[in-house]
Amino acid sequence: MSAMIETSGRTRLRWPSARLRRLAILATGLIFPLGLLGLWWISSTRGWLPEQILPAPAYVYQTGRDMILSGELLYHTGVSLGRVIVGFTIGAGLGLLLGIAMGLSERVEDYVKPLFLAFAQIPTLGWIPLLMLFVGIEETLKIIIIAKGAIVPMTLNTLTGIRGVSPRYIEVGRALRFSRWQMLRLIILPGAIPSIFTGIRYGLTHSWTALVGVELLASSEGLGYLLVWGRQMFWLDTVIVAMIAIGLVGFIMDKGLDRVELSIQRWKRQEI
Amino acid sequence: MASASRFVRFRRGITLPILLFVAWEVSSRTGLVDARFLPSLEDVAATAKRELIDNDLIGELGFSLMRNIAGFLIGCVLGVGFASVLALSRIADRLLMPTFNGLKQISLLAWIPLISVWFGFGEQAKIVFVALAAFIPIVLNTYDGMRQAPPDLLEVARALKFNARQKALRIYIPAAMPSIATGVHLGLIYAWLATVGAEYFLAVGPGVGGLVIAGRERFDMALVMVGVLVLGLVGFTLNRLAYALEAYLLRWRPKQTA
Repeated sequence: MSAMIETSGRTRLRWPSARLRRLAILATGLIFPLGLLGLWWISSTRGWLPEQILPAPAYVYQTGRDMILSGELLYHTGVSLGRVIVGFTIGAGLGLLLGIAMGLSERVEDYVKPLFLAFAQIPTLGWIPLLMLFVGIEETLKIIIIAKGAIVPMTLNTLTGIRGVSPRYIEVGRALRFSRWQMLRLIILPGAIPSIFTGIRYGLTHSWTALVGVELLASSEGLGYLLVWGRQMFWLDTVIVAMIAIGLVGFIMDKGLDRVELSIQRWKRQEI
Repeated sequence: MASASRFVRFRRGITLPILLFVAWEVSSRTGLVDARFLPSLEDVAATAKRELIDNDLIGELGFSLMRNIAGFLIGCVLGVGFASVLALSRIADRLLMPTFNGLKQISLLAWIPLISVWFGFGEQAKIVFVALAAFIPIVLNTYDGMRQAPPDLLEVARALKFNARQKALRIYIPAAMPSIATGVHLGLIYAWLATVGAEYFLAVGPGVGGLVIAGRERFDMALVMVGVLVLGLVGFTLNRLAYALEAYLLRWRPKQTA
């Protein structure tokens, strides 16, 4: 970091310590949101915008607190998370299997990939009305849609990962007379892990988006339902609280994956 | 494992779809599955014909595409502009990037209720939503690309005393071109997803998404299938277009060994 400051030519203010510097950066980042919050507060106290368009920040805060204390927010978040976990696990598992099957056998790939890609072209949202007619609007619909969100990136990334395993390693495996299973377990899967992980990451993001979509269209509980319900009642405070909860869950999932990815990379480096 | 010839691959590729169609046709003809759930291929084709000729499917599609393109262009211009400001100005970066990073965590579709309150259910709301969908990936990729501008070129720019405009036009934007192209590509895909979403949730006015929703409400499976097929075809075409555009924008670049 200090090297960058020196090469930039101009003399810059130097912070006495790294920690103070980081604090200053953090503080700068907070100026804008705090400014927005201030503007929001002023506009609501002056009554620039009607309450139905923009409720007062204090009111949103209070609603948020009430919803947390009554357990309502936690309940809906739990419902949504449960759906994502089940749907994502199914979708990612199927995607992994499909990706491995296509990765290991060109024949399977030739047979399956065109149809798979054709299905993948249709946006996840597009499937919702079609599936509603087939399976109704109960949990099955949600699980299928969420699984569909995960399966496409998972399959394609697993396939790419397996194809990207260096032929030299496979050669070594052949020389050691590995069985098919050993080959898969000891060479192909470890080699494909970074790419599979990319698949997991995109898959989870897509699943989460799909969940919000399907809950918006057909649900009587969950965070997406809170959004629709608040919208219908013109309770924008509820809508905003639900949006924040959705953002927070997305953020936590993202950070969690970052952690896992980092530890995988560390393991990979040790390996080499 | 030698690669199979083109012909063999083609034969293999169409085997499953053909089997699927045969199974579909047989089960709907023999009444194995209720025709309301699985209309015969003929029914679907007839519906497609009816929608195309009598009910102005092309017009509906036109509406959807107009929205898509309008929103996408707005998102594109704003996205590249916003990302350039962030990448070129350290202060703007520190001021705005944390807020942007926070807001982008909110799943795209979760914006719909708020947008519908602020902008209504009409064209304006849909275009705002599509623009937002395109904006996010374009900002992220443009920003990354500009931040990775080669330092030695920046050194040269400093030595030549380039002003901000010259630096942006001659170094940052060309250096970021591949990333911008990726962002635009993603933006195009997201914009189409958002167009479909906007028509589902802000269901007023013409559009293919509205058609699908109407088909579901009338329990007209054939209509839903036609609609979904059109959604897929448009998505596919947009994706192809994006690839072509990317290749065109990056034609000056020597072929890289990926």
